[in-house]
Formats: sequence, structure tokens, C-alpha cells
Amino acid sequence: MVNTRYLLQRLFTTIIVVFGITFVVFMIIQLVPGDPARVTLGVAASEENVAALRERLGLNRPVWEQYFSWINGLLQGDMGNSLITGQSVSEQILQRLPATLTLAGAGLIIGLLVGLPVGILSAIKPHSPLDITASLLSQIGVSIPDFWLGILLVLLFSLTLGWLPSQGYTPFREDPVDWFMHLILPAVTVGVISGSIQTRFNRSAMLEVLHEDYVRTARAKGLTEMIVIVKHALRNALIPIITILGLQLTALLSAVVVVEVVFSWPGLGRLTLNAVLDRDYPLLQGTVFTIATLLAFVNLGTDLLYAFIDPRIEYA
Amino acid sequence: MIEQSTKSFAIQQKGPPRSSSLWLDALKRLQRQPLSILSGAIVTILILTAIFGSMLSPYDPNNIDMGNRFASPSMTHPFGTDDFGRDILSRVIVGARVSLMVGLIAVGISAIVGSFFGLLAGYTGRVIDEVIMRAMDILFAFPAILLAIAIMAALGRGVGNAMIAIGIVYIPIFARIARGSVLTVREEEFVEAARAIGSTDSRIMYKHIFPNILSPIIVEITLSLSFAILAEAALSFFGLGTQPPDPSWGRMLSEGRAYFQQSAWLAIFPGLAIMLTVLGFNLLGDGLRDALDPRLKNVK
Repeated sequence: MVNTRYLLQRLFTTIIVVFGITFVVFMIIQLVPGDPARVTLGVAASEENVAALRERLGLNRPVWEQYFSWINGLLQGDMGNSLITGQSVSEQILQRLPATLTLAGAGLIIGLLVGLPVGILSAIKPHSPLDITASLLSQIGVSIPDFWLGILLVLLFSLTLGWLPSQGYTPFREDPVDWFMHLILPAVTVGVISGSIQTRFNRSAMLEVLHEDYVRTARAKGLTEMIVIVKHALRNALIPIITILGLQLTALLSAVVVVEVVFSWPGLGRLTLNAVLDRDYPLLQGTVFTIATLLAFVNLGTDLLYAFIDPRIEYA
Repeated sequence: MIEQSTKSFAIQQKGPPRSSSLWLDALKRLQRQPLSILSGAIVTILILTAIFGSMLSPYDPNNIDMGNRFASPSMTHPFGTDDFGRDILSRVIVGARVSLMVGLIAVGISAIVGSFFGLLAGYTGRVIDEVIMRAMDILFAFPAILLAIAIMAALGRGVGNAMIAIGIVYIPIFARIARGSVLTVREEEFVEAARAIGSTDSRIMYKHIFPNILSPIIVEITLSLSFAILAEAALSFFGLGTQPPDPSWGRMLSEGRAYFQQSAWLAIFPGLAIMLTVLGFNLLGDGLRDALDPRLKNVK
């Protein structure tokens, strides 16, 4: 059972972090050198148009008033409208969110399928050919630029072999097979990065546990190696493994943002980059706020899961 | 996780400020690791390439030769040419300077600012600690590349702003590491002794505590360099970092994207350069960590 005090304190910290996120996101537009309305419309825009945009963005009001007005909108699910399409930012985000979550989820699953068994097997047989190969590949996986890996996969599997589509997205409801085919390459790209990080950390978590006295005792009692590993080592290694899983979600979402651009995946990452290139500040603020807040709550979930597995955890 | 590792560094450093023997011992241990020697060689080659790049490159990296577009790798152009007939090897060589410069300056910003706040938070504690570390938690809540993109949206495109953006993104990592180490070191007897003889807080922080938390910070600098180089490449790939015609590895991948099918070398060589550089810094960072904290070797 999760300690109630811990739960409340962790929830309070998350609320503080989300409040801080709103401040950082709001400051994006305030940091723009000069007049954000002029920057958005360009030097050729007329004074009337610039003044109209300033009014629309609320830039004529005091900063604190702009901030609280923006927060008020957020609380009501209103993030303003895109400067380019005029469409509601919240609507655009809701349309794109499932694609991002699908890609992140698929990448995480691939990462787990690779990182968990390989990390554990490497720890069981350290310095074996499997361990050396896994260490080398995971080191390369951590070092490879995600966008470059995506490009290489497209070059090989789409442009050369013609097995998989190089970019785009089909909604699951329209054509599940096509949806899956479009998902493979971006998900593998994210999964390789995630799997490499997990392999390294899972190996070291498992190795630490295998050096503990209770594992030595279990072996001394004559238990089979399988029981020692599954019942004694793995159960205890699960706690750091889950922690690592939570910690690497930030890296996973970073990879998703980049990979979406490479594969023209219609998620929040691509929407964010388009907003930056178009200087569409309300859209940018909306996407950045959504991704960061999502991550804050996912981290909260991971911490609570961690506390559930190990009831000794307390707020430090 | 980070705090755990920083604690282990700090525990290892019990006692008065170390002489150079800690670093000499670490260097000796580093020399015994084959992967560290390899990574050291990669990093040395990169640094020399960045410094002497303009002398080493066989052609002017921005020289346009439209009669020689998309030339495949050959003796005259070992890495081939791009859509403007520019020599890719020369551009990769000169691009090393951008990558290393952005990495060093960005990580320099993170290390200086982050360590300062971490030192202050860890030493003073209470309200200042809470305020600083909650601010760091907020910055840490953003996926790194997303925060860098958002900062660049505000500051504008260009390599200088990329350095600032990447530098801001990694401040919380250094703050956490510095604070974690300070929490252990500040309880040591030599700090108490310094306090007893009337040293001021700022003197204790910078003369007594800071030298003793340097090793985890140096390890993190090496590891962060690889992240910074990756981040710069990604920002330039998105068109936000280095601007044309200056060559940068990420920019080269972005510019050649439309031609990868017909000229795969446009994709392969700049990407390989990024990967090898990042690999070099990652391996060096790992080696340094093992060398400065030999206890970690037992769990490897």
C-alpha cells in the first residue's frame, strides 16, 4: 500500500512543477527579442496588422495580466487559436495527441522487449560474448542520433527494399494493417534508443543485485540458478528497473519529438516544430505545455508505482 | 539515480582537499582501460580536426562546383560531393569545429551555472535549497530537445542561440549533481575545521567544498558533451541551429535529405561523424567515472 503522506507530497510537488511549467511556457513569448507581433508577421507587415495581432495576443496588457489570462484559459481548456490556421490550439492538440501516444507507447514496448531480457542476460553472464555484443550495441544505440537512425532505416527498408512506407500515418480505424505498417519504422527508431538506454541500466541494476548477500545465501542453500535469478534477484532488481523506466521516459519523449519530424508523423512533436518555424506562438505554448505536463504526470505515476512495489519509499 | 551516483563519488572523497594524486591515480586507471584509450583517441582526433580543420580539408567546404554534383566517393572526393558539388569530406572536417564549439560552450554554460546553483543550494539548505531545486525540477520536467526548441523559438535561429538553448537545458543536471555531492562533503571534518577558524561561507564553498565535488562534475561534463553535440545536430537538422552556408553535421543531413535515395553518401558520412563523436565522449565519460570511482568497477 502506498504511504498516503508520500502520495500527497508527491502530488503537491507535481502541481508545483505543472505550475512552474506554465510559467516557463508563458515566458517563451516574453523572451522574443523586440515585438513578438512584428517578429511573427515580418518586417513587411503594415503597422495596422501588427497592432491588430498585438491586440489579439493580448500583448498590450501588463505581463502579469497576460499570464493570469492565459492560465485562466488553460483551466477552461482554452489555449487560444493558431495564428496561421485560426483553429483552436486545444482541438489541434487533441487531434494529434493519440498519434504521439501511439508512437511513444510502441517505442517503449520495443525498448522493454529488447532492454529487459538483454540487460538481464548480460548481467547473468558478464563478460560473455553476449554481454560484450550487447554492451557494444547499446553503446552505439545511445550514441546514434535518432533522426539519423530514422533516415538509415528509411533508406534501407523503404527506398531500397520497398518493404515499408517511408513516412505518413493512417488512422487505426481506417485501415489497421496500413496503420501498423506506417508505425513500424518510427517505433523501431524510438525503440532502439529506448532499448539501448534500458539495456545499460538494467544490466547494472541486475549486476548489483546479483552481488548481494541474499543471492549468495540462496545459491548456498542449493537453489537452482533459475530460481535464484527469478525469485531472488529479479524481484529485487525490479525496483531500480522501474525507476530507470520512469527516468528514461523524458529521453523517450525527446526521441518521439524528433522521430515524428523525420517520418512526417502527425503528432505533437511535428506540430511543435511547425509552430516554431511559423512563429505560431499560441500553438507552440500549447504543445510544449501539453507534452511537459503529460510527462510530469507520467513521472508521478512511475513514482507511485515505485512506492507501491517498495513500501519503504518515503518522500525525501 | 543521479543523486546515488554523486553520493558514491562524494563518499570516495572523504578527507581534506585532495592533491593531484587522485587525478594521477585516475589517469593511471584510465590508461588501463582499452575502451578509454580508444575513446581518448577519438576525442583527440576530433579536437585536432576542430582546431586544424581548415588546414586539413582538401577543398574549400563552401566551394560550389555545379559540374561535379552528386559525385560518388572516389580518390578525388573520398566522401563524394553534395547537390552543389561541394566536397563532403571538407564539410565534415570543418563541421567538427561547429559541433565541438557548440558542445563546449553549451556544456560550459550548464556546468558553471548549474554547479553554482547546486553548490549554493546544497551548502545553504532550507529555503534557498528548496527554491533552487524546485526551479531545477521544473526545467527538468521538459524533454530536453523540446525545451531547446522552445527556447530557440524565443531567441531565434542561429548557432549562438543554439548554444544558449542547449546550455539552459542541461543546467538542472549539474545543479543536482553538485548539490548531491555538497550534501555529503559539507559534513566533513575539514569543512568544520574551516568554519572553526572563522572562514567565511563563500570561502568554505569555493576553497574547501568545490574542489572536492569536482570529479563528478568533470565526468558529467564529458557525458553532457555528447548530449549537447546530439542536440545541436538535431536543432541544425530542423533548420534552427547552424545556418547556411556554414557546414554542420546536422545541417548537412537536413540539406541532403531530398537526395538520399540517389546519393546515400550524403546521409552516411555526416551521420557517422556525429555518432563516432558522441560514442567517443560517452566512452570517455564512462571510463572517467570508473577511474575516479574504482568501487563502481566491481559491479561492472
